[in-house]
Amino acid sequence: MSELSELYQQVILDHNKKPRNFKKLETANRHADGFNPLCGDQLTVYMQFEDDRIADVSFEGSGCAISKASASMMTQSVKGKTRAEVETLFNEFHRMVTGELDQETTPNNLGRLTIFAGVREFPARVKCASLSWHTLNAALAGEDAATTENLGPDITSEQVSA
Amino acid sequence: MIATEKTVSGQGQVGGAAENAPVAWDVARVREDFPVLAQTVNGKPLVYLDNAASSQVPQVVIDRGSRYLQEEHSNIHRGVHYLSQRATTAYEGAREKVRRFINARESRECIFVRGCTEGINLVMHGYGRKFVSAGDEIIVSAMEHHANIVPWQMLCEEKGATLRVIPMNDAGELLLDEYEALLNERTKLVCVMHVSNALGTINPIKEIVARAHKQGVPVLVDGAQGAPHLTIDVQDLDADFYIISGHKMFAPTGSGVVYGKAELLERMNPFLGGGDMIRTVTFEKTTYAGLPNKFEAGTPAIASQIGLGAAIDYLNGLDRRAAHAYEHELLDYATEKLTAIEGVRIIGTAREKVGALSFVIEDVHPHDVGTILDQEGIAVRAGHHCAQPVMKRFNIPATARASFSFYNTKEEVDTLASAVQKVIEVFS
Repeated sequence: MSELSELYQQVILDHNKKPRNFKKLETANRHADGFNPLCGDQLTVYMQFEDDRIADVSFEGSGCAISKASASMMTQSVKGKTRAEVETLFNEFHRMVTGELDQETTPNNLGRLTIFAGVREFPARVKCASLSWHTLNAALAGEDAATTENLGPDITSEQVSA
Repeated sequence: MIATEKTVSGQGQVGGAAENAPVAWDVARVREDFPVLAQTVNGKPLVYLDNAASSQVPQVVIDRGSRYLQEEHSNIHRGVHYLSQRATTAYEGAREKVRRFINARESRECIFVRGCTEGINLVMHGYGRKFVSAGDEIIVSAMEHHANIVPWQMLCEEKGATLRVIPMNDAGELLLDEYEALLNERTKLVCVMHVSNALGTINPIKEIVARAHKQGVPVLVDGAQGAPHLTIDVQDLDADFYIISGHKMFAPTGSGVVYGKAELLERMNPFLGGGDMIRTVTFEKTTYAGLPNKFEAGTPAIASQIGLGAAIDYLNGLDRRAAHAYEHELLDYATEKLTAIEGVRIIGTAREKVGALSFVIEDVHPHDVGTILDQEGIAVRAGHHCAQPVMKRFNIPATARASFSFYNTKEEVDTLASAVQKVIEVFS
């Protein structure tokens, strides 16, 4: 059960139950819909983007505990950050959950987001954790939709060697 | 964890067995036939409850496939040489086994395809594109798998035809009066599943067929979940098309069957064009082969279809009446165990059910259920089960689904029930 308790930590369960910034953002000037056709998870990320910075961000939607908690904590982490800072964060997050980045040995900016490191032990759940990030990325790029199917494989190194 | 011999009571409605006759089912013996079951997952004995997605393969089927590859492999229908003859004999032998299994009149009415999806698409292209035109209607049911919706939608879009949907009640039973009201002179085809993969409902196919035939409308039955659990007699059902996936009935993936009445198959267009489906080819004109070759272009999945024949032999060697009764009892037991857990709701409570038990846990997403169950060694499916309209009908995003076969045990159901309790504890 250790891997399981690593995945479903209290913080994640708490964000699942009480997601932060879980609303439509009236001041948004960008938004994108994210969809995981495999499981039906869907969410919308709203963003107020000004002077190359995410002034405010929120999300709405339905999904599993991992996808909801990830979206919730993502909104907290990216608020106030520049596009370049968010891109770095997304890159680090993605590499962490696919097992390419060891958050304990490699310096990173992930902070509280390292709580999602346990996802790498559950390859089927990597897409759940990264859906909100893909969607945020789409909104940043001015696109209006993201799906986990055409955004490149969320494949862990373990899966490739299997 | 393996149970000893059990005595269960016969279920008359399943497989046409005699009412209340006691039957014996030695599940421990049967489990020995399936090597994949004897393993641990995450340190726990595997509890395989994802049979509706794909069933496991008995050793005799594995051996038959190996023997083909080791001793008999060659292309079929082509060579005059020894191996090609042997491969052809084995392949055509499998077709005859299928014929007997579903009680078709002739083996040429059994077309080999890769599975149900390909089979339904074959009928869509061969029958639908030839006989459906603008203004026509095709009837499907509210509980269909995407494989029995999307091809018909594609056809309707192409032809300017309309898709009509038989509604269902809150238990997951089709409303037959509403169905009858949908049938009219514009109806060209009725497409329904025998057993629902998402809800477990057994649909009254004979009744559905009879009502369609009264109006002269043919019926396609998606038998993906029917063939593994029920005794199939296509003549008794009077189905015009009955589609089977081999990998859901203990055969390898890539095997499957379209049964079609010969007179319909004869009138249809071919599906894929290519080798083996022709009589003569010139650059001016091609004439097509007779049944079943007309629908089997190219080299088929020979080993898989021979495997399907071996799976049928395996099933014939079992007491199928007892197997059906046992599966019924397992489903009843699991329903009782899960219903007793506070916060669990069963989706699909039809009076006639087999195989699948869909459920949701209050405030827990089915994906999280699936992950936690997997940690306990339990394989279930979590998601929309390729039946998004069913999820919408019940106003849920997804379900967790345990689906049973005759090699599952009551002890495994107990393991499932305790794991569900654990899920509730993690999320409490």
